[in-house]
Amino acid sequence: MKTFGGPVLFLDRDDINTDEIIPARYLTEITKQDLKPYILEDLKLAGFDPKGDTTKQARVIVTRANFGCGSSREHAPWVLEVNGITVVVAESFARIFRQNMFNCGMAAIELPKPVIDTLFSFQGCADATVSLDLAGQTLTIRGSGREESFSFEIAPFDKALVLAGGWVDYADTKY
Amino acid sequence: MGKTTAEKIFAGHLVDEPFPGAKVLRLDVVMCHEITTPIAIADLVARGKDRVFDPKKIKAVIDHVTPSKDSKTATQAKILRDWARRQSIPDFFDVGANGVCHALFPEKGFIRPGYTIIMGDSHTCTHGAFGAFAAGVGTTDLEVGILKGVCAFREPKTIRINLNGALPKGVYAKDVILHVISRLGVNGATDRVMEFRGPVVDAMTMESRMTLTNMAIEAGGTSGICMPDRVTVEYLWPFIQGEFPSKEAAVDEYRKWWSDEDAVYDKVFDFDVSELEPLVTFGYKPDQVKTVTEMAGTPVDQVYLGSCTNGRLEDLRVAAGMLKGRKIAPTVRAILSPATPKIFQDALKEGLIEIFMEAGFCVTNPTCGACLGMSTGVLAEGEVCAATTNRNFQGRMGKGGMVHLLSPASSAAAAIEGKIADPRKYLP
Ligand code: SF4
Repeated sequence: MKTFGGPVLFLDRDDINTDEIIPARYLTEITKQDLKPYILEDLKLAGFDPKGDTTKQARVIVTRANFGCGSSREHAPWVLEVNGITVVVAESFARIFRQNMFNCGMAAIELPKPVIDTLFSFQGCADATVSLDLAGQTLTIRGSGREESFSFEIAPFDKALVLAGGWVDYADTKY
Repeated sequence: MGKTTAEKIFAGHLVDEPFPGAKVLRLDVVMCHEITTPIAIADLVARGKDRVFDPKKIKAVIDHVTPSKDSKTATQAKILRDWARRQSIPDFFDVGANGVCHALFPEKGFIRPGYTIIMGDSHTCTHGAFGAFAAGVGTTDLEVGILKGVCAFREPKTIRINLNGALPKGVYAKDVILHVISRLGVNGATDRVMEFRGPVVDAMTMESRMTLTNMAIEAGGTSGICMPDRVTVEYLWPFIQGEFPSKEAAVDEYRKWWSDEDAVYDKVFDFDVSELEPLVTFGYKPDQVKTVTEMAGTPVDQVYLGSCTNGRLEDLRVAAGMLKGRKIAPTVRAILSPATPKIFQDALKEGLIEIFMEAGFCVTNPTCGACLGMSTGVLAEGEVCAATTNRNFQGRMGKGGMVHLLSPASSAAAAIEGKIADPRKYLP
C-alpha cells in the first residue's frame, strides 16, 4: 500500500479537467516518470504556479467539485503519483478519474462542501498538512496550530483496491 | 419493476459482485488506440503476462497521431502494431486503413445492441448509440480488460432525456447535445447513463445518434444510450444479415434491450427542440453555450471539421452543401479531416472533397490530429478555432488556444465569414 498524507496543494476551482492536469502534448511519453515536469502545466489559477515549491512539496491535493473531468487519460493520476501526490480530496470527482485513482492504489476522497470549505480555511497556512487514516476512515488537517478531523466514506471495493495496491493485482488473483 | 437498457446489460454480463455496488462485467469488445494502450502493454510484458483474453474481441487502431509525426509517436504506434501482430489480433487498423476509433469501429460493424464495450478513451460512450453499454476507462481498466475480459463498474443510474418536437432548419444533433449539456452541466450526469429518447432521436440517422451519445461524457455521463430500432438494424444489416431471416426479425430481437415501460429513472428531462437555434460554446467548458446569433462576429483563425463527434459523411454533406461555389474568408484557414478512409472515399465519389478544396479547405487524412492538439492543425498561443469537436478545454487544440464547439453547418458558416456566423443564411 502507498503512504498517504503530507503537505497540501489547494486548487480552488470546480471542474479542473485532465487536460489541465497533464496536457495531451505530453501523452507521447512512454514512461510515467517522464511526465513529472509537466504536472498541472495548463492550469490557470490565481496564485498557482505549476513549477513552484508548493506544487513540488505537495503530497495531497484539496480541491472543489468534479475534479478530473474530461479525458480518460490515466496519465493524470500518474503525473500526480510521480510528483509524490497520492491523495486528492474533493467535493466530487469525474467517474473515470476517480476509478483511475483507485485502480492505481491511490486515494480519491469525497467530502461534502461544508467540510471542503473548512479545509480551504487552512489555505493561508504555509504549513498545512493532511493525514489520512484509511482503516479508520478519518482525515485530519493541521496548520498554524489548528487541527480538525473529519470522517469520510469510501466504497468497500475502492478501499480493497487501495489495500491491494491497485486493480491489476486484485483482478489477477480473482478472475 | 422494469429495467433500463443499462440494467439489462449489467444483469446479462455480471461475472462477480465482490462488494455491494461493485459489479464486474464480462466484456464483448475491448478497443485500443496508440495513446493509452502502450503503457498497458508494457505493464503486461513486465508482469510476464503478455496475453490477451480473446484476440477476436480486441479491436485496435492507430488514430490519434497518424501517420506518426515524430520518434515518440512512431514508438507508440510501433508498440501497438507489434503487439497486435504478436497477439494475432485480426482487427487492427494501421496507416491507410485507419480512422478515428469511434467512427471506424461502428462502421466496421463491431458494435451490437446489448454489448459491453470499454476503451481507454473517454468518448467510448459514442457506441451506446447502438443500444450498448460503452464506457471510457483508464489504462489500468484497459489492461485488465485486455488480460481478463472483465471490467468493474458501479452500476450507473439512468437519466432519461426525451427529445420532443422537430429539428428546425440549421439545427442538428450537435446543437441538441450542446443544449442538453448546457442544461445538465459538466457533471450533471456523473455516474449516470444518458438515455436519449423521443421522436427527435427516432428520426435521427445512426450518425446523428452517435453525435448525441459521443458527448455524454461532457456532462460526466458513463455512457450515452439510444434504443436499437429499425435505423440501427439498417445500419448493421451488412454485418448481421446472416444472423436473422429478415430485418423485422432483427428489430424484434433487439427490442429486448429497450428500457421497460416501467423502468425506474434517476431523472427525466423533457426538451422540445422545435425552437432551438444553432449553438456554440463560448468558454473553456462544454456547458458554456450561447446561440450563434449571440456570438456572431467573433473572429476565428481556424475552422476544424472532423473528429469522432462530427467527421462523418452526413456532416461533410451539410458543410459541402453550404460551401459549394463559395470561398473561405482570407483571414481564416480551414481544415477538413474525414473521420475514416471510407468516409473520405465516399466524399470523394460524391464530389464533396472537390467542393471543400475549391472553397480553400486543407483536407487531411483521417486522424484525431488537431482535436486534441497533437497534429494537423495545432493552434498557436492566443489563436481561436471554430471546431466540430467535443472539447473546448483551455489549450485543448494547442497551448494558449481557444476552441468554440459548433455543428458542421456552423463550422462552414464560420469558414465563409472568418467569424462565428449563422449557418441558416448559407443553407441551400
Ligand atoms: S477525435 Fe478527438 S475526441 Fe474523438 S477520439 Fe480522437 S482525440 Fe478523442
